[in-house]
Amino acid sequence: MSTQMKSPVLDASLPEEEPLGARRGERLTALAQQHGALVALLLTVLIASVSFEAFPTSDNLGNMAVGSTFLAIVALGMTFVIVTGGIDLSVGSTFALGGVLAAWGSQYGTLVALLLPLAVCGLIGLVNGLLIAKSRLAPFIVTLAAMLLARGILLAVTDEGSTTYLVEERSFLATLGEESLLGVSLLVWITAVLFVLGALALRRSRFGQYVYAVGGNEDAASLMGAPVARTKIAVYTLSGLCAGLAGALNAAYLMSGVTILGVGMELDAIAAVVIGGTLLTGGFGFISGTLAGVLLLQVIKNIINQIGSLDSSYQQVVSGAFLAVVVVAQTWLGRKRRML
Amino acid sequence: MTQLALRGVPLDRARVLRLLQDYGVYAGVLALLLANVLLTPHFVSAENFRTQAVQVAPVIIVALGMALAIGSEGVDLSVGSVMALSTSLISLYLGYGPVAAILVAVLGGMLVGLANGSLIAFIGVQPIVATLALMVACRGLANVFLPQLKDVRDPTMASLGSGSVLGIPYLVLIAVALALLVAFTVKRTTFGRQLLAIGDSRPAAQLAGLPVRRVLVVVYVVSGALAAIAGVLATARLTASDPTSLGTLMELSAITAVVVGGTPLSGGRVRIGGTVAGAVLIQLLTATLIKHDLPPSWTQIAQAVVIVAAVYAARERGRR
Amino acid sequence: MTETYDAGGPQAGSGPPGAEAVLRTAGVTKRFPGALALDGVDFAAYPGRVHALIGENGAGKSTLIKVLTGVYRADEGLVEYRGEPVEFATPLEAQHAGISTIYQEVNLVPLMSVARNLFLGREPRNRFGLIDFRRMHREAEEALRDLGVRVDVTRALRTLGIGAQQMVALARAVQVDARVVVMDEPTSSLEPREVETLFGVIRMLRDRGIAVVYVSHRLDELYEVCDTVTVLRDGKLVHTGPIAELDRLRLVSLMLGREMGEVRAEGLTKFSGEHETGGEPVLTARGLRVRHTLHDVSLAIRPGEVVGLGGLLGSGRSETAKAVAGALPPDEGEVLVAGASVRTGSTPAAIRAGISLLPEDRKAEGIVPGLSVRENIALAALPGLSRFGLVDEERVDRIVDTFMKRLRIKASGPHQKVGELSGGNQQKVLLARWLAMQPKVLLLDEPTRGIDVGAKAEVQKLIDELAADGLGVLLISSDMEELVEGSDRVVVLKDGAVVAELAGAEVTEDRLLEAIAAHSRAPEEGAPS
Repeated sequence: MSTQMKSPVLDASLPEEEPLGARRGERLTALAQQHGALVALLLTVLIASVSFEAFPTSDNLGNMAVGSTFLAIVALGMTFVIVTGGIDLSVGSTFALGGVLAAWGSQYGTLVALLLPLAVCGLIGLVNGLLIAKSRLAPFIVTLAAMLLARGILLAVTDEGSTTYLVEERSFLATLGEESLLGVSLLVWITAVLFVLGALALRRSRFGQYVYAVGGNEDAASLMGAPVARTKIAVYTLSGLCAGLAGALNAAYLMSGVTILGVGMELDAIAAVVIGGTLLTGGFGFISGTLAGVLLLQVIKNIINQIGSLDSSYQQVVSGAFLAVVVVAQTWLGRKRRML
Repeated sequence: MTQLALRGVPLDRARVLRLLQDYGVYAGVLALLLANVLLTPHFVSAENFRTQAVQVAPVIIVALGMALAIGSEGVDLSVGSVMALSTSLISLYLGYGPVAAILVAVLGGMLVGLANGSLIAFIGVQPIVATLALMVACRGLANVFLPQLKDVRDPTMASLGSGSVLGIPYLVLIAVALALLVAFTVKRTTFGRQLLAIGDSRPAAQLAGLPVRRVLVVVYVVSGALAAIAGVLATARLTASDPTSLGTLMELSAITAVVVGGTPLSGGRVRIGGTVAGAVLIQLLTATLIKHDLPPSWTQIAQAVVIVAAVYAARERGRR
Repeated sequence: MTETYDAGGPQAGSGPPGAEAVLRTAGVTKRFPGALALDGVDFAAYPGRVHALIGENGAGKSTLIKVLTGVYRADEGLVEYRGEPVEFATPLEAQHAGISTIYQEVNLVPLMSVARNLFLGREPRNRFGLIDFRRMHREAEEALRDLGVRVDVTRALRTLGIGAQQMVALARAVQVDARVVVMDEPTSSLEPREVETLFGVIRMLRDRGIAVVYVSHRLDELYEVCDTVTVLRDGKLVHTGPIAELDRLRLVSLMLGREMGEVRAEGLTKFSGEHETGGEPVLTARGLRVRHTLHDVSLAIRPGEVVGLGGLLGSGRSETAKAVAGALPPDEGEVLVAGASVRTGSTPAAIRAGISLLPEDRKAEGIVPGLSVRENIALAALPGLSRFGLVDEERVDRIVDTFMKRLRIKASGPHQKVGELSGGNQQKVLLARWLAMQPKVLLLDEPTRGIDVGAKAEVQKLIDELAADGLGVLLISSDMEELVEGSDRVVVLKDGAVVAELAGAEVTEDRLLEAIAAHSRAPEEGAPS
């Protein structure tokens, strides 16, 4: 290295040295990751609309929209958890618990019907968060235990699953499930509002930045002053709240707290989030992608129903395969990027 | 030599904790047995023990594979779905005779394990994620193959499910034999040693020239095969194939058995005896609660608490 | 208790006249179990000065930095910041107070954009409490332009080169009003052009009155950018003063603790000296290249020969050994054992060919701590000790017994966990693991570091015996004496390239010091276009 100096301030635009191709490739992979689910969704909808007469009807579309709201809200909370590099396997059980508590609570008024599931499910999420952030236990095992715990509480509340509480006919909760605004179900409106809020929280708030930082590099985040433990506790609590709310809305929709719901829902939620482009290793993800992922799963389910001859279980096969393909692609792309 | 070393170390808190982690599960089983003998009416009967043993056998078999996966610093969440897949394959291929059907079922489980292992060893996907994807897909496949519950009417299968030798059910004998086989594999084979080394320190194993990828693939293939066998046995016992519900939450029970048995989630250690005892402990706990008319909800809550407590206790050892 | 130290006034010769030190330590001592990492160190950094902190591995540099930045707390002594005694509980506290650290591995979030990294926790917000991205991007661009870096601040950090990433870390440090910036080997993975940019920024920081503490092993850089230098050795401060008053040879002797012309007539090591060497090379490495680390390294080892690999930390010694052993895939180059080509980038292939590597990081890459002595020794040789996949326990016992005796491994028995042994015995277990493979070539990376004197002598004697048995040995050591007395030949590396080769009577500490301290030739990649 020569010892003589050039100008004291160098105008070395360092990244410009990279080959242009590498940079374009980088952009393309980022785009594919961010909007891949959306493109897949649009293509699937297009093909389905051409293939099945019954698909593009307003009835069918409306039903699909309402049908996907519950998974969407659960997946919304899950997105935050996964972006921090964690996982929440308890949401299926908390979803069911939320529904039962809402139905049971509706006899004491709307406030109880809404607040009780939120309080209990939020508390379960909080305990998850505390065990993961403070005691540093592995998220998957803590939330597996919580899944069992929530199911256990549900059984205890419903006389071991033998009692199904009905939502009070004239309660506000029932209205939520039935009424619509401008031809669109209230449930869809609520979900839309939640997603806008969620997107703002993740992309435009300081909390969101911490969520990304914790998932991207926990040590660096803590050195940069991010409140790592608090952020983790917050996302698990949020996930519990989302699952509880989704359960309550589901009870409003079904007019009862069905006890056997939510089994395997955590997997659908994780699949939707990952298909939506969120990295399971954390640090990268989009609320919009999650929505696209949920809708894509819903459309696939609908198509399988349309075909009629196919068993509905194909949906699981397809979403499992989708999950595997997306994860392999992510791992592969991630490795390629590191080599650049 | 060993005694010498033992005498030199003071019996401090860390040591007590370690003893508790290593042998706590056996003490727990003994304590529960004792409490039941004293407090539970009709507990001490051959029939009761037989029922308990038959119920716990599939869990033990699945937990053996799980112990290997966790020992390699991984986990296998697909085991429950593999059981379901295996039960539908049995129903599907029973026409070709029970032996062929069982072989196909086990082969199916091994294929799923191969997929898991390849994703993990060659592509580098995290074990949780890879096995989660297979878990979803397998449950779906199982349902696709066999859309609804179907009775399994086959004399061979029936005798496999309810037959016994000297009063000991086949199911239990098979579980014990498999446990011994896996314990032997871990202790006495090259594969077992390599597995432990890989789970303990992946970089060191790599630098020592061990076939890391091959070992990992074999671990998940074995886990898949064991889960499939458990599926076969469960089918035989129920004399029905129910791909929708068979094996649900089995991954959780298996992980619980392994963790309660003293195998750390951080890998490098596999305790087969502890795993078996862990499965028995959970079974006894459930049975005790049920026999005292405590509802299933309590069992689930108790199991959740036991898992967290076991992981919490094992956490201390993680910080060597 | 009675220990006293002078906590007042700038030290003579180390700071500019009349200036107050912004950060100083007095008599700082830090102990770790079994080691004294820092022993009464006085250190002072002054505003507007670039202060080099140098020393070999284990000299205490990183411990000192960690004490300064709140990672560790000193056992004894005082840390003073802006004239006040301080005790930072966390790095974050130190950072808030104005002491920022730029680590070797950039401590930012790679998946987040440059701007988000720069502003994490301090994002400008609009009146709705939402982040004002337009303002954030503008300010981020300005901040980086101030440092002479033009970059699209919306790009993910990891898409930038390491150099640019470090600039972002620096920009963040400057933005949080740092008065002291500590840089821990910032250039270790930079391209020459990036290094120039970094130096420009360091000079700018200096001109703004920021104190820079600069850790590096590259002598050329120290002379180019630093004003003052502090040399640590074995936890003690051995020199502080203006770098201009110190020539390179003197600097190297201070670091290594060896004086020119002060070599003892008779060595203290257990090496006997010459070995019978002859015949064709058992190991030949030609033209090994690895991006950022090795630029064309070639060497040959004959049976019975001990070849030393000299050079300062970071010169590519360990990387050379790893590239030869298949643990670091080279971009170019070939490895031959007894004339036959070995597939590079595969440890099993290298081991089959007879190459064994004793890695530098014994705890992380060598031993399997949870397994017993017996299993650790047998680990690599297992396939050969098994029949049909079953371990032949008797043969294992025999081999373990043989090597435990031959290497005098002290353990409560073959079933004790290796993690519980002393460093020296762990090293012997690793040696036994490789000897059980009957290798042709042994690559020993710092075989005696961190082990006690007795064990050290034993290991040295063993190396001698192994060479006498006809093994080819590559010896890497920061201990000059060990290197000179143990080796028949020494290949000297600098910045990833061979700069000298000493043989026969040339293998002396004087010659080695000279070779290490010599000005490096301009590396090809660094040539300005």
